[in-house]
Amino acid sequence: MKFHFRLPGVKVMVGLVLLAVFTFLAFFGSALAPYDPSARSNDILQSPSAKHWFGTTHIGQDIFSQILVGTRSVMFVGFFAGILATVIAVVIGVTSGYLSGWAGEAVSTVSNVFIVIPALPLIVIVTNVIPNSGDWAIAMVIGCTGWAWGARLLRAQTLSLRQRDFVQAARANGESTWRIVGVEILPNLTAIIASSFIGTVMFAVMTEIALAFVGVSGISQWNWGEVLFWAQGQQALAIGAWWWFVPAGLCIALLGTSLALINFGIDEIVNPRLRGAGRTTVRTADGRKARMRFGFTPVLTPSADEGGGR
Amino acid sequence: MTSEVVLEAEALTKHFPVRARGRAALSRGPKVVHAVDDVSLSLRRGRVTALVGESGSGKSTVARLLAQLYPRTGGDIRIGGVSTAVKGGGRHFKAYARRVQMIFQDPFASLNPVHTVRHHLTRALKIHGRYTGEESLDELLGRVQLTPASLYLEKYPHELSGGQRQRVSIARALAADPEALLADEPVSMLDVSIRLGVLNLLRDLKERLDLAVLYITHDIASARYFADETLVMYAGRMVEGGDSETVTQRPAHPYTHLLVHSAPDPERVRGGPAPYDDEDTGEPPSLIDPPSGCRFHPRCPKAMDVCRARVPERTLVGDAPDHWVACWLFDDEGKGEGKGTDAEAADIETTDIETTDIEISDVEAADVEAAAAEAQAPELEGAAP
Amino acid sequence: MKYFAGRVGFYLLTLWAAITINFFIPRLIPGNPVDSLIAQRRGEIDSNAIKSLDILFGLDKHQSLLSQYWSYLGQLAHGDLGISFQNFPEPVTSVLGSALPWTLGLIGTTTILAFLIGTLLGVFAGWKRGTWVDGLLPVTTFLSSIPYFWLGLIAVTLFTGVDSWLPSSGGYDPGLVPGWDLGFIGNALRHSILPAATIIISSVGGWLLAMRNMMVTVSAEDYITVAHAKGLSDRRVMTKYAARNALLPSVSGFGMALGLVVGGTFLVEYVFSYPGVGLQLLNAISGHDYPLIQGVFLTVTVAVLAANFLADLAYMALDPRTRKEG
Repeated sequence: MKFHFRLPGVKVMVGLVLLAVFTFLAFFGSALAPYDPSARSNDILQSPSAKHWFGTTHIGQDIFSQILVGTRSVMFVGFFAGILATVIAVVIGVTSGYLSGWAGEAVSTVSNVFIVIPALPLIVIVTNVIPNSGDWAIAMVIGCTGWAWGARLLRAQTLSLRQRDFVQAARANGESTWRIVGVEILPNLTAIIASSFIGTVMFAVMTEIALAFVGVSGISQWNWGEVLFWAQGQQALAIGAWWWFVPAGLCIALLGTSLALINFGIDEIVNPRLRGAGRTTVRTADGRKARMRFGFTPVLTPSADEGGGR
Repeated sequence: MTSEVVLEAEALTKHFPVRARGRAALSRGPKVVHAVDDVSLSLRRGRVTALVGESGSGKSTVARLLAQLYPRTGGDIRIGGVSTAVKGGGRHFKAYARRVQMIFQDPFASLNPVHTVRHHLTRALKIHGRYTGEESLDELLGRVQLTPASLYLEKYPHELSGGQRQRVSIARALAADPEALLADEPVSMLDVSIRLGVLNLLRDLKERLDLAVLYITHDIASARYFADETLVMYAGRMVEGGDSETVTQRPAHPYTHLLVHSAPDPERVRGGPAPYDDEDTGEPPSLIDPPSGCRFHPRCPKAMDVCRARVPERTLVGDAPDHWVACWLFDDEGKGEGKGTDAEAADIETTDIETTDIEISDVEAADVEAAAAEAQAPELEGAAP
Repeated sequence: MKYFAGRVGFYLLTLWAAITINFFIPRLIPGNPVDSLIAQRRGEIDSNAIKSLDILFGLDKHQSLLSQYWSYLGQLAHGDLGISFQNFPEPVTSVLGSALPWTLGLIGTTTILAFLIGTLLGVFAGWKRGTWVDGLLPVTTFLSSIPYFWLGLIAVTLFTGVDSWLPSSGGYDPGLVPGWDLGFIGNALRHSILPAATIIISSVGGWLLAMRNMMVTVSAEDYITVAHAKGLSDRRVMTKYAARNALLPSVSGFGMALGLVVGGTFLVEYVFSYPGVGLQLLNAISGHDYPLIQGVFLTVTVAVLAANFLADLAYMALDPRTRKEG
């Protein structure tokens, strides 16, 4: 199966590069960290310096090391939860889209229920209530609650694909239902699945950081949210220790942006109309400017001294 | 000589349920779209049967019912004489699909855009256990005149032209080695210049492989060219049938008349007599609430009281064997009830012959006159009470 | 009407699901929370209170699960959400009663404002592609990737200080008595500016992007070309034809997105110590105040369902197709 590869635009490349950096850090962060992130020292609440790039905490821990080490937990939980949620979304969404009749409707209602119920409160409650919540457990909980959006999206797409002639043709050939869903319909959904996956990863990353921020225990050490938790707890704002919480937030924003940019790229592949319009102002023969808009033919009125410029 | 019947439908009916909304849901019972009502036809080996009608007449539904892509509401489908009802996806359906295959109208939509030609054909062969390696693919493409095969196997649908795609679809259908081929408007979406090529291919295949072909179209002229037998459908019911030449040259039913004469004709532009009152000829009716009795009566210039009351039965027209029509104008009963019918019926046929005179070349004029004589004869017979 | 009835049925179903989830939450807790409460209070608890808590937590072992469920439903029907552990003996309903208006006010206004601003900007971004408006997209995307609460932290650092006009926490100055007088309201509004601003800035991006994509898709449709050909002004075509149609998916997605907004708002309340329901929830969690936790979850879900319902009504008003069928 071949994909139509256009050279990805600037936006997507930036996103991919950022993502690659974070992935690299997830694997090698702890090796690269100059200090043990939990180690205390006497350099209390220092602003960024050559010795501590991101400054130190109230007990002398190096914030830069904390961020580096914390990347692993963030990336792991984010992607694992994303994968789990996407798998569930694909299974539920595609089957409910292909099955006609009440079975499909019932499954769709279930996913709608999950969408409407506010996710964060539910996750916060569940993770607090179950014993032994480590990274895996958190990822599982997020995965099992965050699949609903994707399922709804995939169901809508599958419903429309099911009517297409090539699916009917495969049926007429005698193809079995499972092969139709897996081999004929699924490949046509890859762009949507990829986009939904990225969206879910974003959601998972945000959620687990929020969980760490409010103090849900059990998440791996130095998840970025935990850095913020300590910053908040120690009133970093009040004492003006801005370096304590700025890097963590920036990293979150950068990771989120990189994922969003990649998502843009996928959107544009699927719907070529969404691509940036590029240079749209052109000069006409008589020196006036005309703006080209996709789908519209510019109309030029003749100027007074020239007979109908075009 | 009649060849063996491969696939036949008897009193085939399909009603689609309509989701009742709002006030409608409270008043009557569940509404249905009467897409197909009481359709009977037979497909024979080595013969092409054309099913002609405008959009919404139900002809595509008939094809899908015969392919058993969805279940029928009533009637019977017999393959090789044996009644059959299978649901999609299972073993029984596969056995049925091995014998009855379908070609779709839109050459682009009927091929999966993410798969190559090779994938399409390999799957088609493998499903029915007829894949024997590369040669089977080459041979399949050879049958639809796409050679050399290597040029086409690795291509994606969007890299082929419309005619090529349709040939691939035909090859895919042939992979199962079917006995019956259902072609749902196979050339309607192709450029006019390549239509002939594809139709000739189908005729060629029909002869070599002894297939029974159902050719669905809205273009009655191509039915005359390609098909042995022509059936006309209107609003879900069959209204006329017979061998193609007779039905297209001497249409009996007012609707067939309309079809035949609605094709733009340069001769008429030059001022030949208008065969019909060319005014607004109306639109097809709603199939949720079809007209009572004969469904064509709201548009029919010759409608009588009986037409509104009862569904006409099939009667032989008499000018050719197997030429039948479902119209009260030709039924003795119907004739009895309406005084003006004889003259009006005569009107239709006389007018028809005049037009035929103008349309065809001199060489065939002799044939036409002979036909005209024939047509007059049964008319005179019918006039006797 | 079919559409309407279908939606109402769906909300009832979701309500039932939320109630049932609520029912099961405390049963996941190891140990017996009521006993620990009694120990905490050294036995000074009203027996009725204990009974109601037992029903809430299903600790009455003599009953089967099903009859526990019935008792729980009955309790809910009476408006009894249990008694808060932390604020003992104040019932959950009264704790929530004082906190809910703050949250509703905050979420309500910020969501509507973000929706309006984002959608409006999205209309322009989609219509005038190729101009500077396109540059808004990466900026708002970046802003949307920033967690609400972090933005709140930054805002506090940048805009507040010891003597600044914008307060750094709370819903109103301590010492002021809540009431409907102008002084209080003015003070409350002042306290809400920062929390509201952080939420709006962060969520605008989502609406903007969605609206822009829809505008782009809609502007390629034939009826837009016809409208232009008729000679209507560009502005008119943009608003009455394109935007009107592009709006529909955003409105229908509004209710669904609310679930996400709620989560973010809770965190903002936490950062600003804004006396809303979210703050209550997060405090309740660290304090193991299970009745309060359950009460918050249920209340929030009901509120989200109600908002969804209103959004559906708006959708019905906007899309004539739903009305025609009903």
